Order: sequence, then structure tokens, then C-alpha cells
Amino acid sequence: MLYRVISILCYIILAPFLGGLLEGLDRKISARMQGRVGPPILQPFYDLIKLFKKQYIIVDRAQHFLLLSYLALVVFTGCMFFGGSDLLMCFFVLSTASVFLYFAAVITSSPYTTIGGQRELIQDMACEPALLFAALGFYLISGSFNIDTIVHSQYSAIAKLPGFFLAFVFILTIKMRKSPFDESASHHAHQELVKGITTEMGGRNLAIYNVTEWYETVLMLSVLALFIINENPWSYLAAALVICAAYFAEILIDNTAARVKTSTMLKMTWMVTLLSAGVNFLVLMLV
Amino acid sequence: MANVKRSPWLLHYDGSSCNGCDIEVLACLTPVYDAERLGVENTGDPMQADIFLITGGINEQNAPVVKQLYNQMPRPKVVVAVGTCACTGGVFKEAYNICGGADTAIPVDIYVPGCAARPQSIIDGIIKARDLFQKRSEEHDAKVKEEKKAGKHGSGSPAVSLQDAKEAAEEDGKEE
Repeated sequence: MLYRVISILCYIILAPFLGGLLEGLDRKISARMQGRVGPPILQPFYDLIKLFKKQYIIVDRAQHFLLLSYLALVVFTGCMFFGGSDLLMCFFVLSTASVFLYFAAVITSSPYTTIGGQRELIQDMACEPALLFAALGFYLISGSFNIDTIVHSQYSAIAKLPGFFLAFVFILTIKMRKSPFDESASHHAHQELVKGITTEMGGRNLAIYNVTEWYETVLMLSVLALFIINENPWSYLAAALVICAAYFAEILIDNTAARVKTSTMLKMTWMVTLLSAGVNFLVLMLV
Repeated sequence: MANVKRSPWLLHYDGSSCNGCDIEVLACLTPVYDAERLGVENTGDPMQADIFLITGGINEQNAPVVKQLYNQMPRPKVVVAVGTCACTGGVFKEAYNICGGADTAIPVDIYVPGCAARPQSIIDGIIKARDLFQKRSEEHDAKVKEEKKAGKHGSGSPAVSLQDAKEAAEEDGKEE
């Protein structure tokens, strides 16, 4: 019980720092890939402090509340995950959270944020099958959706779920808002539609959005770790290495791929999900 | 005191320029000059911008646009006029539709001369602008603290609606 409380507290306190640091590293590595010096690694935190210091202009009063709900739900999902509860439930609560982000975007009735919001929904639609498949895969090999049971299995889930792993890494590009799938908003300066979903978020609201993204990134990377971790303590180190490798691959894809249309994104993600996770699923069921 | 000058986000607006300065502004973000090492981000969104970079002169049609962009930016903010046209109107000054430099529409803080302005001088302008941004931010903080002491607001920095922010900014413009 105490162990669970500690891991939940660690997530609440450390995840934003870890997420911010990862984004700083991301910007630095991206800059080095492009032959630039790049901003300091702590740049995301400098940006965050500045955003809190800026004048707070309200476009719509409900937006602040909706963004706080988005933050609360993402943090709640993380707490459920690190508390060792139901994986399927985590994914359901996470999709509820993105609905709040959609409402926070469309409530301002700005055309830019509205299109950004609609694209966000399409992105969620593209992600969801792979996420649900991942939960299903874990259930098939461990007989439970419970994260505690999955973590304490005898061998790593990736041994039996390579297809599910591939599909999950593929949709990680969408979840981390990386090119070629950064339709609704982009972390970097190569923006489309002004700033997409964040166009009407300034000052404190944008800061809340950024912190929530950091929480979500850490959560998604933790789900990635779930594929590797087993009862052997050394598997945690292996999981950390896999996370680093996946993150580096995402940065590389971000810097080498051009943005695609939303319909192409939907087709590509569903095809990859169906072909890798679907085939893996069939093999697990039949063999 | 928070060091906000490490994170100056730019909003770039092209008035009626020949695009020479615009290309130089974008050149600042390329590997050779890399303004991002100073924490600069080209936001393209007035709600998130700290430094307003204007190139080209102001004409009758874009004056209201420039004013609106300026008013939508939350305080503290700094305006930089890049290139001779944005400073004075340049070669277009005598044209029937041109009002003059950027300062005919909004208060300009820093002038970067040149036709076209070189990336080195634009980055120099940005560095001057971020020092001014730091100074303004400190003033803004002091003002917020004072207002909080006077008991005007419950908690945090005062929240204003977009309409109020616009009106306040317009009054500021008149004073300056």
C-alpha cells in the first residue's frame, strides 16, 4: 500500500520535471540534427516561468476551467496507472481528458482553434485502436487488465506482443505531437494554422497546457515501459533504455518526415495497427 | 526575480515590405544564425508573443491590423521595427498610401536599420528587446504586487478580458 502511495506521489511531483527535461533534450537534439546550437536544456522551464508571469488575457472564462479539468484528468490517469489499477480504465479516462482539451479549444469559437480541435479528435480516433489493442494484448498474455499483475509476469510482454509494441510506438508519434502527425498542434516552430489547438491559449492557460503535455508524455512512455518490465528488477533498466531509444526515434522521425494530411494519418495509423497488432492478435489467439 | 528574458517569443508581421527583411528575419532562425539558442521562438500567435517584429512600412490598410495584433499581445511586450521601411517608411515614404514607419500605428521601442536589415543586426535588436522585456516584466510584477496589496484581486495576477486589454492598450498608445 505504502509502495503504491509513494509511486503515485513520485508521478505527481516528478513527472512535470521529467517531461520538461525530455522536451528540453528534444529541442537540443533536434537543433543538433539541424546543425544548430539550440536552446539550453532547461528552456521549457524558462518558458513556463515566463508564461506564468505574463498578463492573463481571458478569451472565454470557461477555457481556464476546461484546461484545469484536462490537467486533472491526465494526472488522475497517471495516478491510476502508477497505483497499479486497471489499464483499460486508464485509457478510457485518458480519452475523456482529450475531450476536455477539445472543448477548451472550440469554446473560444476562433476558426483556428476550432479546426485544431477537430483535428485533435481525428488524432484521438487514429490513436484509440492501437491503445485498446495494447490493453487487449496485455490481457491475453497475463489474464488481467490489472497493471500490478502485468508488471509481475515472468517474462517481458514484448516477447509475445511485438506487433502491439510496434503499433504503440507508431501512435506515440501522434501522442507526442511529432511530425508527420502533428496536425492539431506542434511543439516546435514549424506550425500550421497559426498554433492550432493552442491559438487562443496565452499566459497561464498555455502553461497549464504545457504541463499537462509533460504529464501525458511521461504517462505514455510508462505504458511503453510496461511492454518490457517483468518480475526481474533488471528489466526496469532495459525499459529505460527502450524508452530512450523510442524517444530518439521519435525525434529522428520528427526531423526527417514532412507533415501529412489528416486522412493519410488516419489511414496509415489504422493500417499499421491492423497489420501489426491485428496479426499479432490473431497469432496469439490461434497458436 | 524571475529571469524572463531567457524566453522571448516573437511575433513577426510583414507590413508592406519588399520581403527582403522578412527573408532576413527567417534567416535568423536558420543554422547559420540560430536565434533559438537565445530561447527565441517564432510563435505566429499574438496571444503567446512577447516581442512584436514588424518589417515594412505602414499603409492605410494594414494600420488597423498592426494595432489589433499589438493590442492582442499580453503585457509585458516590446516592439521592434526591422528595416528602413519599418523605421521611417523608407523609399515608399512619399507614396500616397503609406503612413510612414511602424511608429505611426503603435509605440516602437527598438529600431533596427538596414535595407535589408542584416541578420546580425536583427539578432542585436532582439537582444536589446529582451533586455527591455526583462525590465518591463519587473515593472509589470511590481504593479501586480501593488494591486494585490490594495486588495483589488483575490489571487494571482489580474485577469482581464480581451476587450479590456484592447482598451487599456489603446490608452497606453495615446500616452506614449
